[in-house]
Amino acid sequence: MNTTRSEGDASLLEVQHVRKVYSSGGTEFEAIRDLDFRVSDGEFLCIVGPSGAGKTTLLRCIGGLLDVTSGSVSLAGARVTSPPEGMAIVFQEYGRSLFPWLTVRQNVELPLREKKVPATRRAELVSDALEAVGLAHVPDSYPWQLSGGMQQRVAIARAVAYQPRILLMDEPFAAVDAQTRAELEDLVFSLWKSLQVTVVFVTHDIDEAIYLGQRVLVLSNSPTSVLEDVPIPLPKARDQLRTRSLPEFNELRQKIHRLVQTAKRTMIT
Amino acid sequence: MNTLLRRVLFAVGLPVILVTLWWFVSAGSTSFFWPPLRAIVETFPETWLSGRLLSDVVPSLVRLFIGYGVALAIGIVAGVALGLSRTLRDYAEPTLEFLRAMPPPVLVPVIMLFAGIGDEMKVAVIALGCIWPVLLNTVEGVRAIDEVLADTARSYRLSVPTRLMTLVLRSASPQIVTGARQSLSVGIILMVISEMFAASNGLGFAIVQFQRGFEMPEMWSGVLLLGLIGVILSVIFRAFEAWVLRWYLSIQRIEQRV
Ligand SMILES: Nc1ncnc2c1ncn2[C@@H]1O[C@H](COP(=O)(O)OP(=O)(O)OP(=O)(O)O)[C@@H](O)[C@H]1O
Ligand SMILES: [Mg+2]
Repeated sequence: MNTTRSEGDASLLEVQHVRKVYSSGGTEFEAIRDLDFRVSDGEFLCIVGPSGAGKTTLLRCIGGLLDVTSGSVSLAGARVTSPPEGMAIVFQEYGRSLFPWLTVRQNVELPLREKKVPATRRAELVSDALEAVGLAHVPDSYPWQLSGGMQQRVAIARAVAYQPRILLMDEPFAAVDAQTRAELEDLVFSLWKSLQVTVVFVTHDIDEAIYLGQRVLVLSNSPTSVLEDVPIPLPKARDQLRTRSLPEFNELRQKIHRLVQTAKRTMIT
Repeated sequence: MNTLLRRVLFAVGLPVILVTLWWFVSAGSTSFFWPPLRAIVETFPETWLSGRLLSDVVPSLVRLFIGYGVALAIGIVAGVALGLSRTLRDYAEPTLEFLRAMPPPVLVPVIMLFAGIGDEMKVAVIALGCIWPVLLNTVEGVRAIDEVLADTARSYRLSVPTRLMTLVLRSASPQIVTGARQSLSVGIILMVISEMFAASNGLGFAIVQFQRGFEMPEMWSGVLLLGLIGVILSVIFRAFEAWVLRWYLSIQRIEQRV
């Protein structure tokens, strides 16, 4: 892809007044009331919200896996109605998003085969991606032979090899231990910097959102709307210890924490 | 190596004990209907290995494999379609329940009306009986496909054929194999039964012939042969299963260890 990273204005993803009502067996449930935001090309956007706020629902709508009830989602100007080209999703449930009957290499390679990437280029992309996530040594293992953190790395490698314009991540590190989590955060951050990809990263961890994002979107409780759009003016270089102990980091954390608390309270009314 | 040896001993142990028991208990038997095992074993080679292997055993097995193969093909294709489509399921389920409840041997006289008493009839009986376990298990397997995995396949825009092969069939393969195993035993039973009705060759036919001719050791040797064929087919099936489901069986082993 030869898009250069233009700062600010060019929006790649537009979420316009999206509303999502689940209806199953006569009962209706309004998961998302009204979500309206844009994501610029090359941006790293984090979305935080309380559990059950509809974050996964939103991501599935953006990914074209779920129809919106009203409003629209557009990617690069085209309306999303089914999974669009140039988009990859990393799910929270890494164990369930890899094909257990395929090896690590085959898992990463499968989407490229479908894209009809020539074999030599494919091999190159796969080994580069595995290298990038630090898994160059286990291409012929099966996912279930690997630890949770490694499995999530495979899922990330698959997304990276696919060369998407936009990468959606749904609480990708919620189920790994703290040490692995910090490593994976730095991995995703460095991939974002080197690949010029747009990232929409969902999490319920406020610290993680501030650490990774250029912007944090705080969602209200279900039925969901955007509570606030918080810019993160931290220096671009990230370091787990130094960044997290900056006074600005702490201020942002308190601010967003208060917002999420408000979100939880407003549910009662 | 040691564990392998132990497993073999475990598997062979009980049969050896039973056969030995049969051998000695029946040794002095003078009953016409219960000949000594020694007599049965002695008559085995001349009964089966000269001629009948080709004229009876092979035709039986060919009919079994064709019927079973047809049942697998139809069962898997229909099972995948039904598993994927809610509408189709709602539409077909009552009919399937009814058809499944019918014991296949009952169909033999009916099928004879349409398909005559030749090979077609026997293949049809075997296929009709074998289809249910594999069909119903396939439906269950396809319905149980992991939602996250299905979403992954969709978000990477995998084509329909790829999704069928690498997602649907592979996900459902443990259940499909279970169904296929049940179908195989049903198939062997129906193979024999269909030959007992109206036939001019086949294992079932031969056994009935011996019984009518009061050739008791020969009849018993046929029963023995049938048992052996069942065991051999099941060993082959297990080897196939271990190969197709190697990923699944490994995961199970890992989970058991935890
Ligand atoms: N298929 C569905 N049918 C009906 N309701 C659903 C469905 N999927 C989700 N919901 C409901 O919609 C709401 C939002 O769910 P969603 O999974 O999007 O939340 P989330 O923010 O991702 O939560 P978490 O932080 O636990 O992952 C929840 O109350 C959930 O019960
Ligand atoms: Mg979620």
